[in-house]
Amino acid sequence: MSISALSRKVSSLGLPASLRRFISWLTSAKVILSLIMLVLMFYLVLVPLYRMVATTITYQDKDLFRVPDAQVGALTLFHYARMFLSNMAKPYLYNPFQHSVIISIGATILALVIGGMLAWLCIRTDMPGRIIITQLAVLPYIMPGWTIAQAWTVLFKSRITGGIPGVFEYFVGQSPPAWLSYGPVPIIISSALHYYTFFFLFITAALMSIDSSLEEAGDLMGANRSRILRKITFPLVMPAILSGIIMTFSKVMGTYGGPALLGVPVKYYTVSTMIRSAIGIGDKADAFVLAITLILFSMVLISINQKVVGTRRSYETIGGRGFMANKTKLKKWKGLLFGIVIVFQILVIVLPVGLLLSDTFMLRSGVYSLDNLTLHNWIGESVKTINNGSPGVLRNPKIYFYAWNTIKLSIWTALFTALLGVILGYVIVKGRGTRLSKLVEQLAFIPYVIPGIAFGAIYISMFSRQFGPIPPLYGTFALLVVVSVAKHIPYSSRTGVSSMLQVGRELEEAAQVAGANLWKRFKTIIFPLTSSGFVSGFLLTFITTMRELSLIILLVTPTTMVLATQTMRYKENGDDQLANAVIIILIVMITIGNFIIGKFRGGSLKKGLGM
Amino acid sequence: MSSTIIIKNLTKRFGKTIAVNGVNLTIEPGAFLTLLGPSGCGKTTLLRCVAGLEDPDGGEIYVGDKLVFSYPKGISLSPGKRELGMVFQNYALWPHMKVDKNITFALEIQKMGKEEMQKRVKDSLAEVKMEGYEDRYPREMSGGQQQRIALARMLAYRPKVFLMDEPLSNLDARLRMDMRAELKRLHFSSGATTIYVTHDQVEALTMSSSIAIMRDGVIQQMDTPDRIYHFPANLFIADFIGNPKVNLLDGVIDGKGSVNLGDFNLQIDIHNAFGSVVIAMRPEDITISTIQVPGSVEFSAYSVLPAGSETTIVAKRGNIELNVKEMGISKFKMDDKIWLNFDPDTLNLYDKETGNIIANI
Repeated sequence: MSISALSRKVSSLGLPASLRRFISWLTSAKVILSLIMLVLMFYLVLVPLYRMVATTITYQDKDLFRVPDAQVGALTLFHYARMFLSNMAKPYLYNPFQHSVIISIGATILALVIGGMLAWLCIRTDMPGRIIITQLAVLPYIMPGWTIAQAWTVLFKSRITGGIPGVFEYFVGQSPPAWLSYGPVPIIISSALHYYTFFFLFITAALMSIDSSLEEAGDLMGANRSRILRKITFPLVMPAILSGIIMTFSKVMGTYGGPALLGVPVKYYTVSTMIRSAIGIGDKADAFVLAITLILFSMVLISINQKVVGTRRSYETIGGRGFMANKTKLKKWKGLLFGIVIVFQILVIVLPVGLLLSDTFMLRSGVYSLDNLTLHNWIGESVKTINNGSPGVLRNPKIYFYAWNTIKLSIWTALFTALLGVILGYVIVKGRGTRLSKLVEQLAFIPYVIPGIAFGAIYISMFSRQFGPIPPLYGTFALLVVVSVAKHIPYSSRTGVSSMLQVGRELEEAAQVAGANLWKRFKTIIFPLTSSGFVSGFLLTFITTMRELSLIILLVTPTTMVLATQTMRYKENGDDQLANAVIIILIVMITIGNFIIGKFRGGSLKKGLGM
Repeated sequence: MSSTIIIKNLTKRFGKTIAVNGVNLTIEPGAFLTLLGPSGCGKTTLLRCVAGLEDPDGGEIYVGDKLVFSYPKGISLSPGKRELGMVFQNYALWPHMKVDKNITFALEIQKMGKEEMQKRVKDSLAEVKMEGYEDRYPREMSGGQQQRIALARMLAYRPKVFLMDEPLSNLDARLRMDMRAELKRLHFSSGATTIYVTHDQVEALTMSSSIAIMRDGVIQQMDTPDRIYHFPANLFIADFIGNPKVNLLDGVIDGKGSVNLGDFNLQIDIHNAFGSVVIAMRPEDITISTIQVPGSVEFSAYSVLPAGSETTIVAKRGNIELNVKEMGISKFKMDDKIWLNFDPDTLNLYDKETGNIIANI
């Protein structure tokens, strides 16, 4: 029985009017969709969060060894006391937190400087080659976030930390200083070189949208250039900078790859690597205390940002038309600056990939002689003495399986994310002003404030047993899809809302008046008109999911492994060259994917970031 | 073919603001009712409630003999089941469909036969003088052409009621004039009951068979255009209708028909009122002369604004300022001494406190 038939039937029954009104409200298409979305958000976000908190405040099996009279499942603040107050607090919580904050602040500042300067050069000066520079600036973000970190180890491995010398040591003949090989400095640099894209995109968009008349007005009133920059331009760009700061900071706080590759070998733990190791030794509750602390920390930061910037809309309003102010003439610096920028970009993109690639062709890492060249890491048979007996990656059926997993995960995630984006956009925009719509919008925003590794941690506790109608998902491939889709909800709902706003409500209402039901309206009006948003949302989720690591590192099992997690596994086993070969495969796949994006009109990274 | 529309005690709230507040309206079959009022007065909301695009918080709506909405009975028909057609302010043509698809959309939902559909497309395009535009996309047409297609789309499925939400407001002034005539003609030939929303008083006065003036969600007066213009029920309406604006003067009436306006008096044929009043006089009802005639009052010409077919003169005496309309180009210059003559029959008197008209008994 269709819903309208149902509501007709209901209205013919002798029910009281208030109940009939409630039922007709409940069965209206908009409300049904909103409720479905609410239930979905409830399952994807609130329930896992609740389960995680619940784990931290009850005794777990493992606690029986620590607390003699503990009863499994009984309420306790034991884990919080242990992580915050006991003598474990310093090495397990405070130190990692301090490290994470140092890294995040450092990476954010460095990324801001790089991204801001590039943006200014591209938008506000007459530097040549601005288009190619703009295109290249996006590439580091598309590559796996730990690419530079991994290449860094190839370059700066040193005997000080044990193991074989890196390229630097081979050519210079001297070990690089310890602070350069591992620890905060390389983590900061490698993260900043990945995340500066945020600042670049945010600031370029803000600079481009500043109506030149605003600055000209200041000019006419006799303000000089620096005054205009300080009093007019900078305040207008400020919200974009703040948004970039928060986004980068919270991403770095929750990032796993860099700290795992460059921190763990010298016992420089961050919150993310500590969470992983706590999970690894079975101390789930401890890991969750760390994750909750991390989540609260991010929430506070983001709410401060929103207080300062105003509402989230305030930076949407900047994204608009308006062009174009007088560009600064670089004169004789033109060529030099262009050269510096291009060399920098090549260093950031080509050098890491080159280092990783060259390393895969060596029998022994870091020995640059012809007889050391080999294809073993790619196509070699399994030999016990090399790579712990693993065959070359192209001869390893598991790698093909993981590559296929990677593609499968990306396609499913992208599909569900894009679909959810359209529906969420519809529900939020159509219900503007109602409490239901506001609730959906707020719930959809929650995953944004939860750093990647913590979000993955949440899902360990969720779905490990049957919950309601949902079967236990732990260890299944479906769980990876679910967590990836859930993490993308804030972005997809934002893209959905903005593409829905472009459609204009009258277009749908005209169809409504003409007698079209919800399905017909979606099929003939809403989907066709939001298809470009759908396609770009799909493609970009596809790319970003391919290289997702922090989110799923805690959730993969041998049968659900993807390429990203396999590089980490090889690294952990000390098979560096195989790890490098796998990341090269991943980069090739991403490059192909990115090429396909370029073929589609309307697909842009900016849209995928929900700008 | 056309239907009566009855609206009973309709109320619609948005959060704490009441957009439509207990509106009662009966619209006769074939009538052209215009909802007129400043922005935010609730006129569009009222129209959307009739269309079924908003869910009211109280009241009932009948279209023809069908109860389409009833709060007390918990009934709300979906827009498609109310058998009405709507034209939106920005036309709402589906940009990804060609003109013919736009028009046949509703017909396909009604499962109409192919041939009949083609005929309807042809006929409705002919009605709006857009023959041969079947293969155009909306963006390939001008605003005025899109407007006509939006009308054709509504005409094609022959609804018994037309709803129009400021359909001409996005057109330029000239096109608007042409379309007014066309719309009036379309209404005449189709005979469909029409509710038309606008904030443009000229549109309302020229096209409607009756006008309902709204303010703060309440209907202030519903009447023929002629009566709305000449006998506005309260000061808000008097002030809202008319261009140049009506002249409103504070005065005191003595109960014997003499109104004191500061340093001069006017005789009015009203004997049942006394106290503070407001006199309303239309600029065209004041006659102007260069010499003093019996009953005239001396003013000076503060500003003279010729506009081709007519001239508005702003006349000043002390702190009284009046708009006076004269046909043709005026011979007066600024600061000229002029004498104004007021025809007591054209004046309306309002209670200063309530703002309501004081009827002549």
